[in-house]
Amino acid sequence: MANALEAHNITVQFGGLVAVNDVSFDVPEGGIVSLIGPNGAGKTTFFNVLTGLYKPTSGSVRLNNQVITGKSPHIIARNGLARTFQNIRLFGLMTAEENVMVAMHSHMRSGIISTLIKTPHQRREEREAHERARELLDYVGIGKYASDYARNLPYGDQRRLEVARALALKPSVLLLDEPTAGMNPQESARFVDFVRKVREDQKVSILLIEHDMSVVMKVSERVTVLDQGQKIAEGSPDEIKTNPRVIEAYLGKSGVEGGH
Amino acid sequence: MTGHKAIEDRSNRRWAIGFTAVAVFLFVLYHWIVPNGPSWLHDFVQGWFSNANTNEMIVYIIMALGLNVVVGYAGLLDLGFVAFWAIGGYVAGWLMSSFLGNFKINIFGNPAPGLEMGIHVTFWWVLLAAGGFCAIWGIIIGAPTLRLKSDYLALVTLGFGEIIPQVFINGQDINGFNLSNGNQGITPIDPIRFFGFRNLGPFDLDYKFVIYAVICAGMVMVSLRLRQGRLGRAWLAIREDELAASMMGVPLMRTKLAAYAVGAFSGGLGGVVFATHINGIFAERFNFSISILILAMVVLGGMGNVWGVMVGAIVLSWINGIGLQQFGNTVNGAFNTNIDFPSFNFLIFGSLLILMMMFRREGFIPEARVRLVMHEHEDDNEEVH
Repeated sequence: MANALEAHNITVQFGGLVAVNDVSFDVPEGGIVSLIGPNGAGKTTFFNVLTGLYKPTSGSVRLNNQVITGKSPHIIARNGLARTFQNIRLFGLMTAEENVMVAMHSHMRSGIISTLIKTPHQRREEREAHERARELLDYVGIGKYASDYARNLPYGDQRRLEVARALALKPSVLLLDEPTAGMNPQESARFVDFVRKVREDQKVSILLIEHDMSVVMKVSERVTVLDQGQKIAEGSPDEIKTNPRVIEAYLGKSGVEGGH
Repeated sequence: MTGHKAIEDRSNRRWAIGFTAVAVFLFVLYHWIVPNGPSWLHDFVQGWFSNANTNEMIVYIIMALGLNVVVGYAGLLDLGFVAFWAIGGYVAGWLMSSFLGNFKINIFGNPAPGLEMGIHVTFWWVLLAAGGFCAIWGIIIGAPTLRLKSDYLALVTLGFGEIIPQVFINGQDINGFNLSNGNQGITPIDPIRFFGFRNLGPFDLDYKFVIYAVICAGMVMVSLRLRQGRLGRAWLAIREDELAASMMGVPLMRTKLAAYAVGAFSGGLGGVVFATHINGIFAERFNFSISILILAMVVLGGMGNVWGVMVGAIVLSWINGIGLQQFGNTVNGAFNTNIDFPSFNFLIFGSLLILMMMFRREGFIPEARVRLVMHEHEDDNEEVH
């Protein structure tokens, strides 16, 4: 199977600190893979390299066989890498619909002049964007909130809105950064089904960073474990569960169960 | 008269009708009622709501609407907006007077008899030229500075707002070239040709009002339409969360530069309108307090809301231009005192700002979304107490 996203030998150094050390990682087309690791393992740094927020010290990232290393976040986003945020980052004082429409920005063409004189093309584009936004909101199940401000939505629905917004980019890879943080077990279980559904319907590959092991084990086809900036294990959920290095990383030195 | 071409939305039609009604009323008032009416009416209108002051108000509305795009929509603080006003004014000075006397160019221009030397371009083209020139300057200034975050950006714009007027004040001899005529300024400006039947000189305030109102309506339309479109959404997204916006495919630099360019464009329009209004350009008028005044109009009126910003511009420019003085005269007359009220101008602005920040931070007519935050905050406070 071809890879939608490939990261080769990524190293990120902040001064003397090596946050990510020579990590290679793939997201296969249509797959759901997870990245886990204890706090401070370098997951978020790695994520930020993929989305263009950090430039890696060495290594390269390819999205659909195009090198995207060091490109601006908005260009990477336009090329098909969409994300959600660990601490929800919606445009609070815009409506749910507007939030989704913002993400269509790079797929729309109208400029200042055509907006001012309302060319037929601009009007059609706006109408289609409206319809598409409504569809996406209905799809994630929050259509009734379309004209509410994002900040007024219930917490779980804000997470869904983030997914709808990310899907509006028409991504080939969707990065979910701790999507079930703050959810109770029932909500998490529903979210797992939702992630699977999104993968099927929208033809996207999904990369998940997650702390909740039950979610990770249930939804992932492959799990990669980072610890102290290194990739220490990679494999199916069952392999990871029994891998001694992973158990050591999570339980090892302190002897306290982490990961929640 | 407000551009009946492309008004489809009902909301758009409503404002256009309202705006036209007010404009027609004011024109009728200044053109027929006041000259033919009783002398008490004449005195009252001239004292409290003079035509000259109304025209100046429109200048401020145009500029406040432009600054609103930068500050209210895109959330970028700009403390040097007066620079664009000055640049726009000087474009009018260069293209609508006999100042550049080495040339003799006339492009649909309308020079006054005996002043045919220099460059004379028709008013409407000068508007576009000045707007475009300012937009280019906005981009030139913005490109290196917009990478800065809030406070730093504000400081750089402040510096820019100080530099440009200084260039014009000292610009009478740049290697022998007279750019701005220094403190003497450029005057007179060509009269505007009013639909081919009248030359609007310094005293045709009522007809000029019509022209300025049309420009103002155009600016309102620009503000409303851009807000509803693709670019307006991107501006708001940047205001709300810059990082998230870039992750959603919004190019930050380009989008911010667009806001800057649109704001600067309207500053240029304001400059041309003001130059024709006072029939000249005078460098010392473009000082820092104007930048603050326009910013105060946007903030007091209600950031992001076109109507609020218009109200802010009307109220503050009225106080600044005529209201305070007339109020002072009335008080002095009634109580036989001799207080120089206009000298308390900044005291009153300052107090007004403080009072507004204490009791109505969201402005006179806030954008619905801003009101939401402000009120939530109040609720939080109540819960704490």
